[in-house]
Amino acid sequence: MPVTAQMGLEPVGYLKAQTRWGAAETLFWLATPLPFYFLPAYLQLASQIAITALFALSLDLIVGYAGIVSLGHAAFFGTGAYAAGLFSKFVWGEPLTGLIVGAMVSSLVGYATSFIIARFRHLALIMLTLGFGLLLGAAANSASWLTGGSDGLQGVNIWPLLGRFNWDVYGYTAYGYSLVVLFVLFLFARRLIHSPFGLALRGIRENFLRMPAIGAPSRAHIRTAYTISAAMAGVAGALIAQTTQTVALDSLGFERSAEILIMVVLGGAGRLYGGLIGALVFMIARDQFSGIEPEHWYFWIGVLLVAVVVFLPNGILGGLSRFVAHWRAK
Amino acid sequence: MLPPVFGVLFDGIAYGMLLFLMSVGLSVTLGLMNFVNLAHCAFAMVGGYVAVLLIRNFGWPFFGTLPMAFLVAAVVSILFERVLYRPLYRRSDLDQVLLTIGITFVSVAAAAYFFGTQQQPIELPNYMRGSYHVMGLDIGVYRLFLIAVSAVITILLIGTIELTRFGAQVRAAVDNQRMASGLGINVERTFAITFALGSGLAGLGGALAIEIVGLDPNFAFTYLIYVLIVVAVGGLGSIAGSLAAAVLIGVSDIAGKYYVPQLGAFLIYLVMLAVLMWRPTGLAGRR
Amino acid sequence: MKRFGLASAALLAACLLSGASHAAGAIKVGVVMPYSGQFADLAKQMDNGIKIYMQQHGDKVADKTIEIIRKDVGGIDPPTAKRLAQELVVRDQVDILAGWLLTPNAIAGCSVSAEAKKFMVIMNAATSIITDKSPYCTRTSFTLPMITMALGQWAAKQGIKNDYTMTADYAPGHDAEEGFIDGFKEAGGEIVGSVRMAVKNPDFSAYVQRAKDLNPQSIFVFIPGGSQPAAFGKALAERGMSAQAIKVLGTQELADDAAIKSMGNDAVGIITAGNYNYNYDSAMNKEFVAAYRSISGDENPDFGAVGGYDGMHLIYTALRKTDGKTDAQELIAAAKGMKWESPRGPMMIDPTTRDVVQTIYISKVEDRGGKHLNAVIDSIPDVHDPVHAGQMK
Repeated sequence: MPVTAQMGLEPVGYLKAQTRWGAAETLFWLATPLPFYFLPAYLQLASQIAITALFALSLDLIVGYAGIVSLGHAAFFGTGAYAAGLFSKFVWGEPLTGLIVGAMVSSLVGYATSFIIARFRHLALIMLTLGFGLLLGAAANSASWLTGGSDGLQGVNIWPLLGRFNWDVYGYTAYGYSLVVLFVLFLFARRLIHSPFGLALRGIRENFLRMPAIGAPSRAHIRTAYTISAAMAGVAGALIAQTTQTVALDSLGFERSAEILIMVVLGGAGRLYGGLIGALVFMIARDQFSGIEPEHWYFWIGVLLVAVVVFLPNGILGGLSRFVAHWRAK
Repeated sequence: MLPPVFGVLFDGIAYGMLLFLMSVGLSVTLGLMNFVNLAHCAFAMVGGYVAVLLIRNFGWPFFGTLPMAFLVAAVVSILFERVLYRPLYRRSDLDQVLLTIGITFVSVAAAAYFFGTQQQPIELPNYMRGSYHVMGLDIGVYRLFLIAVSAVITILLIGTIELTRFGAQVRAAVDNQRMASGLGINVERTFAITFALGSGLAGLGGALAIEIVGLDPNFAFTYLIYVLIVVAVGGLGSIAGSLAAAVLIGVSDIAGKYYVPQLGAFLIYLVMLAVLMWRPTGLAGRR
Repeated sequence: MKRFGLASAALLAACLLSGASHAAGAIKVGVVMPYSGQFADLAKQMDNGIKIYMQQHGDKVADKTIEIIRKDVGGIDPPTAKRLAQELVVRDQVDILAGWLLTPNAIAGCSVSAEAKKFMVIMNAATSIITDKSPYCTRTSFTLPMITMALGQWAAKQGIKNDYTMTADYAPGHDAEEGFIDGFKEAGGEIVGSVRMAVKNPDFSAYVQRAKDLNPQSIFVFIPGGSQPAAFGKALAERGMSAQAIKVLGTQELADDAAIKSMGNDAVGIITAGNYNYNYDSAMNKEFVAAYRSISGDENPDFGAVGGYDGMHLIYTALRKTDGKTDAQELIAAAKGMKWESPRGPMMIDPTTRDVVQTIYISKVEDRGGKHLNAVIDSIPDVHDPVHAGQMK
């Protein structure tokens, strides 16, 4: 059913209505600097949550909007991390240029693989992303002369941010940096999905074959979305490499791919904020549970996931929006 | 004297049989109900721990534990199917992924809590160890046993699916679920039975796998990738496809390690990518 | 800009606070290990070692109470390891960083140790370079080349002429392989070939078949602990290459309890080198093993347990020397050159490299009336890390 007709709006009006900032949204972003003042001992965690949120956002673009379920998205995260790490080792350690290098290398890898990805759907697509991720991980282990193999990359050296902010042990610089990058790329993603291109992606998700019939080239759109998503994941990887000055094989691993997909689904795929909320909830839950029970925390994480599925269909945001709609209808 | 290629084939097929037992259930349930059950290997792990428990604490012989591994895994899976899976059949794939990953997390933690994090070794009876020397090849006794068990199970499975009334219902439901229920087939019940059967086979596979790959709480995650590969390469809902895929993956893994050890870590992934690019729905896939 | 001004004020305040908390009379030791995931079993061993030391020696040193804060890093994950170390420093205000099972995590931890000036004790991670990454870092476990080089030299001296090496294809495997080959060749042995085996590898039959085709006098094996040693042993037995037919040399992982048990008779004759064997005959070790069995439900300790135990010993003794002061400079000075008797036997900390110096034991699985025992058959005293000693590149 056409959404615009439902809302009694012309397409342009619909897009405009979508891009307006709601109160909850504004509050969410206004709250993000609070850790600087109230939780200075949690800034490193906050920084890694912001980075993970960016990674989740990049995956949500393809899972939630283009309908490409990927079990190998860490390939781009890791590529970005290694690119930024190697760039700082062999060229120079200025972080912002390193970030751009990470994005470029990842988007190149993404663009190259997108030609294959765009040809497949369903299980084959999931397994292809999984296969590419596993291959890249094995290759990085084999190329230990370049990557340091399983000992991790040695010699990562990132200069102070903007030449003045050191990478302090509390994480002031790390969180400030990660948060700004997340916000900028979030604005970009928000703009993107509320553009006609974003609508076309959603159309492809709903019906891959029908979209070309109304003049939207499905495969070309998927390639574009996949490349953009890869670039954003690369930025997230470069951020983690720079803020922690470490890069290792885990950044490309299957576990990371699976975990980020869990976060996106947990928060609610295809809702822009789903990945952000998922990363926030998952990482905080993990931090708290593992603090209490370092050996058995994943029991509680498992219970959390099951509970969310049972009580909140389509993730936390999906479930909550259904409650809100239900409550409003009364 | 036979050249080593026969030895490689034999080992590969035996390894493939293990993969087949662990994955055939997932293939059929995915094909039948489109339910993404990533907790499949958790049921395999249940079978493994049942075998260990019976051998160690109750002194059961290894063979006696195998039917129990099947039964317990099947019964546990029925409970999960009733309580957690059934309400989710109409929900999105992603919700199903989240649920079953959650269950896997819980199962891993529970196994670590009750059985500890260590490896669970079992001692096989002496006549199951060692190997026969036939025309210059070493035929491992246990591997031979694996192949025999899988052959029997494959025949039983195919016989059930092709020749029985229940099998006809399953085939009908896989082909066209709505049409099948329109004809009066209770698809939910058919699915529940198939699901229990598949999980039971996974449990059996888990018990048989201890001797080759060991058992610890991470089993439920470690073998998930292999099982998914077999399912995707074989094609959803096809027993013969799963068998062919498992043999292909097993043989190419062993052959790769033997002939080109440098590619040891890559080969099965390359095989999977190649097959899926050639046939996106798998070797025997139709949809 | 204003935000960062505020931030530095908060930082200053927090530093003052942390200074104040030290007067409270507790010494906090932050332990970072993969308590969950595929390395959880080894982490458990190390953690039990820590617990036993504290059971035997109480939790008071120099009138201060030792408090352990445990953090789970979940696996190989240096960004998380680094964050946990940073959080231990700023959130929990620990005085000492300890644990460290995996090399990449330990290297990340070292950068925090160096920056925040915290004494750091590595209780397992086994790559040589780690201790170079922080001037306050020391180690109570071993380095892999230390063990494999000693084994290579020993094997050649026993008259073994040639060997085929089979090692897991990742950084520790490469270290183990290089150490063994250097030691074996130096003592006159010949390497007939080497294979690097895929790390995630459930089935070894193909690699073993290849070794059999070459028919060497001995094979050297390094694979990670866990499920693989037993699988490897079974693959050997299936090929008729059990240790009775060929000399099977390996690191201590290859003859762990689970592996010996699941191999049964085929395990007899496997020769391994390591820094600890729970059958080592000393009163102290007997007491340690008994204590370990009582808290673990009749499991036996391995190198991880003794690494944790001696790590705590090092921390306690160093703190006694500094009279409870936790200044990293003073603690590392106290640790340098420290010698003691451990359940593993005599050991010390090298005063220049801060790395561990210890006896390497050669053990052999023997059949003692139907029970299989991994008995110590030889020992090589005072082994230094060959990389730090300049014996390897």
